[in-house]
Amino acid sequence: MRAIWIALCTAGLAACSTTPTDEQSPAGVEERTPGAATSPGAQTQPVKPGAVARVDLTGKSSAKSPLTDPNNILSRRSVFYDLDQYDIKDQYKDLVAAHAKYLRENPGTKMLVQGNTDERGSREYNIALGQKRSEALKRMLILLGAKEEQIESVSLGEEKPRAEGHDEAAWAQNRRSDILYQGEF
Amino acid sequence: MKKLLAAFLLLCFAATAGAQLSIEITGAGAQRIPIAVVPFAGEGALAPNAQTISAIVRADLERSGLFRSMSAPVANPPLTEAAPVNFADWRARQADAVVLGSVAARPDGRFEVRFKLFDAVKGADLSGVAYTLSREQARATAHRIADFIYEKLTGEKGVFSTRIAYVVKRGNRFELQIADADGAGEETALASFEPIISPAWSPDGRRLAYVSFENKKPVVYVHSLLDGRRQVAANFKGSNSAPAWSPDGARLAVSLSRDGGSQIYSVNPDGSNVRRVSQSGSIDTEPVFSPDGQMLYFTSDRGGSPQIYRMPASGGEAQRVTFEGSYNVSPRISPNGRVLAYISRNGGKFQVATLDLSTRQTQVLTDSDKDESPSFAPNGRMILLATVIGGRGVLAAVSADGRIKQRLTLSAGDVREPAWGPYSR
Repeated sequence: MRAIWIALCTAGLAACSTTPTDEQSPAGVEERTPGAATSPGAQTQPVKPGAVARVDLTGKSSAKSPLTDPNNILSRRSVFYDLDQYDIKDQYKDLVAAHAKYLRENPGTKMLVQGNTDERGSREYNIALGQKRSEALKRMLILLGAKEEQIESVSLGEEKPRAEGHDEAAWAQNRRSDILYQGEF
Repeated sequence: MKKLLAAFLLLCFAATAGAQLSIEITGAGAQRIPIAVVPFAGEGALAPNAQTISAIVRADLERSGLFRSMSAPVANPPLTEAAPVNFADWRARQADAVVLGSVAARPDGRFEVRFKLFDAVKGADLSGVAYTLSREQARATAHRIADFIYEKLTGEKGVFSTRIAYVVKRGNRFELQIADADGAGEETALASFEPIISPAWSPDGRRLAYVSFENKKPVVYVHSLLDGRRQVAANFKGSNSAPAWSPDGARLAVSLSRDGGSQIYSVNPDGSNVRRVSQSGSIDTEPVFSPDGQMLYFTSDRGGSPQIYRMPASGGEAQRVTFEGSYNVSPRISPNGRVLAYISRNGGKFQVATLDLSTRQTQVLTDSDKDESPSFAPNGRMILLATVIGGRGVLAAVSADGRIKQRLTLSAGDVREPAWGPYSR
């Protein structure tokens, strides 16, 4: 009986954590900052022994990390789009699947997806377009088993171009979503 | 030695002048009022190394595109507002209006500026003003004199005393700057190595809301100009952008993606009391309040292409406003609420256009091709905008009827994201 009660409580808390919250982080403080989750006064939750997911950031700069190993598909972090498009082209499906698998296997890992656009048109409208791109990539990662709370999708609009030119070659480079892992942003 | 000092001073002046926006008039109104702003007697003492008061007044009036400045004959003793005016002589010189004035030093170290405006055609005294000021207030006083003359002769309020905000990009450095409407006296409110976009003036002119990328994502801040204090107005999961003030300054409309796609919300300037306003599965962004605060105009792609819509400021059914073309964005409403200015894509060119909300008449105002961020002067006469000329970002201004055109250039760097401030109080 007690076990069922605990399970219900935990489920309830989990449901709460997925609903949008009105709490927002103050200037310079991000909710992804390590330690934020253990702030004093946070509600204590019952945990089973051994249910703590280990997050190890100490090895992130080692050449052995699959995320930075140039021979590993996980080191590829960019998805490019056609003009006014948000859908992920077939050529990037393996890349997205690999990142989804990594998030699945490392449930404590967080990811930032940054959507970008080319320079044409309104800066603010381009923020919304870039958001549509990062959002679509996030959805696909979730469909492939990543958890909603692991991924934040944001937009940089046209503000951070990778290529500075003003022609189609540059624009094609800038219509892009980038994947960043915890510690890289 | 004296020569050397003069050369040094000139160099100093040139250095500061180089950093500020210089304005070039590239088109003027069809009928300009010929006006003679006679050098004010004794004005050299007030501003020994800078533009004189009468020169600033002349430049202001010329820049509006509604006046043609005429040179005045050298008189000895100099003409002042106190002496009788020879109207026949001014009429013979074809001046419709004459401004005469004088500057006197006061015992307390301050100055007194007096001026009078005359209608040369009717031979009438249109009144004048006397100001007491310190040396530092010379420019501001000149702008106020220009505002007085402008209002007397055109019937509408002048905007020479207002300020503009804009963003300068130099290399990887971004600066949010504030300057007088003539580009002079620029000050940096915020410097950053990450982009700053979408500055929006609070109705009282004391604060700016804007979007900064300093946290590697767009976050909306409210920045108090006097003390530099910054508050986070929106930093939710996802992107936070496109701030617009309600006319009473109590609320901000913003675009947030915290519940998925970009949607419009309203929020207090301190970040509290967030309410969702738009409810669509499409992009809804770039909100702007109508002057009465009742409606929100915004950009949405709900019809398949980005177009401008409006809805009640508290939310509700949206009505499409723009129909011509496949890309109409960045809505701004004129201060009297009658005209919508926006960016329209015409054959690959992005240009400032207006839509008369009662007659439905549209007009493209510019012939440039990368226009962005239109912004009405508080009297509705001019529209400030960002465009690209010769590969560089510059500011330009065009009158709401498209006739008068100005270009504001900076010697180095890209200028973008202009916002014309409210009347000073």
